[in-house]
Amino acid sequence: MDLVTPGFGLVFWTTITFLILLFLLGKFAWKPIIGAVNARNKSIEDALRLAETTKEEMKQLQADNEKIIAEARRERDALLKEAREMKDQIVAQAKKEAGEESQKILQAAKQSIENEKKNAIQELKTQVAEISIEIAEKILAKELENKKASEDIISNSLDKLKLN
Amino acid sequence: MAYNTIKRSFFTLGIVLLFSLFSIASEQEHAQANKKVEKGEVDVNKAIFDHIGDNHDWHLWDITHADGTIHPVTIPLPIILINTKPFSITTFMSSEFHHGHSPVTRGKYTYVMHEQKIYYANPDGSLQYDEKGSIISAKPIDISITKNVSTLFLAALLMILIFTSCAKAYTRRPGIAPKGLQGFMEPIILFVKDDIVIPNIGDKKHAKFLPYLLTVFFFIWILNMIGLIPFFPGSANVTGNIAVTFVLALFTLIITNVNGNKDYWKHIFAMPGLPLWLLPIMIVVELIGVIAKPFALMIRLFANITAGHIVVLSLVSLIFVFQTLAIAPVSVAFVLFMDVLELFVAALQAYIFTMLSALFIGLAVQEHHH
Repeated sequence: MDLVTPGFGLVFWTTITFLILLFLLGKFAWKPIIGAVNARNKSIEDALRLAETTKEEMKQLQADNEKIIAEARRERDALLKEAREMKDQIVAQAKKEAGEESQKILQAAKQSIENEKKNAIQELKTQVAEISIEIAEKILAKELENKKASEDIISNSLDKLKLN
Repeated sequence: MAYNTIKRSFFTLGIVLLFSLFSIASEQEHAQANKKVEKGEVDVNKAIFDHIGDNHDWHLWDITHADGTIHPVTIPLPIILINTKPFSITTFMSSEFHHGHSPVTRGKYTYVMHEQKIYYANPDGSLQYDEKGSIISAKPIDISITKNVSTLFLAALLMILIFTSCAKAYTRRPGIAPKGLQGFMEPIILFVKDDIVIPNIGDKKHAKFLPYLLTVFFFIWILNMIGLIPFFPGSANVTGNIAVTFVLALFTLIITNVNGNKDYWKHIFAMPGLPLWLLPIMIVVELIGVIAKPFALMIRLFANITAGHIVVLSLVSLIFVFQTLAIAPVSVAFVLFMDVLELFVAALQAYIFTMLSALFIGLAVQEHHH
């Protein structure tokens, strides 16, 4: 029967000990421990959420980047195309101008050649006239001396004269 | 899912063990009670009950003197006695009783210790008996620091050291994964919080009761395990003492009823949906239920731990019953088995006490949705 009868002394000391223990542990152990664990849980949760949003942002950023790159590429292509067109235009223009210039030069050259030719012919004509006159003079002189001789002279002179 | 199954099977196993321990213990008691002690034999029954009861000395070992007398070596503990007429407090060391062999006189009173109980003695140091031979001498109020009380203090000190050092570890290394003692304790603390307290009381209201339930869990567990150590400073059967389990169950009773909400009291005094003529009966039944729940807590813990101690002591006592050392290997093997089992029971009983306390509190504070 002793075994199942609570002794007053032990009830007294258990109550006091347990209450003090409850107070001390509650204040200096459970509160800081549970607080720290909860804070840690919260910080882990926050970190995970932050990682998630960062990932989302990164994805967004990447998409933006791609868009920007595509834009840049398109712009570059446009620029290149424009440059090529301009070059072609310039080249064409230059060609055209060069052609015209050469045509002009050629024209001038032809003109001058023609002039020279005309001059030469003119000179020749004059010379021929002079020579003819000289010959005629001689023939006339010879004719006067010798008919035959004058004929020779004429033919000789004519042989000598070679028209070039 | 799998976790719940494990929990349930643990619980079932616990109940099975509980019943088996009861039956073993009672058989042993019967066996011992029916045995007549002859001269020269060890009184096993008395030895066991001395061990599981409380003591005013802390027994270390016995020495046998040259003349054959056996003298126990003990650590004396303080005796604190309260005299009521007139009020006075008397203190002295338990060694002055010389293990109950000599009376101690303080002021106008003479005290005698008989079987660990302290009585007022006649001036000549004798006790008064009635005709049947039971003691009728008056007793002072005894609040001595007994073996159980000092173990209680030891456990409390141990807990304060362990858990304040854990708490310090959290402030020293905030937000970092726990390690060492802190790493060992944190999963247990979180197990109590997340698997015992929150499922029974609910996430919203658990914080208020968590300190009590954590304290009670570790208090019971540590005391159970200290009780399993067979030598100083262990061996005290603290959680197997009805006074201790009574106080713990009383705390649960008080906390449950102080925090009981309107629904809780309505269910006791005006159970909804019940014919009016049944109410008087139901009120009585419910009030019995209020007491019976913590009463079961008290008895369960007390009986389990005491039974465990009795079984271990009985197995050791086989050596003295058979009076041969040849039985010792059998005793040792069985004691080893029992100790391992008791190690499990120590945690299991702490778990059950905490879980049921949380359940009772949870029932008292839960919101009903009719």
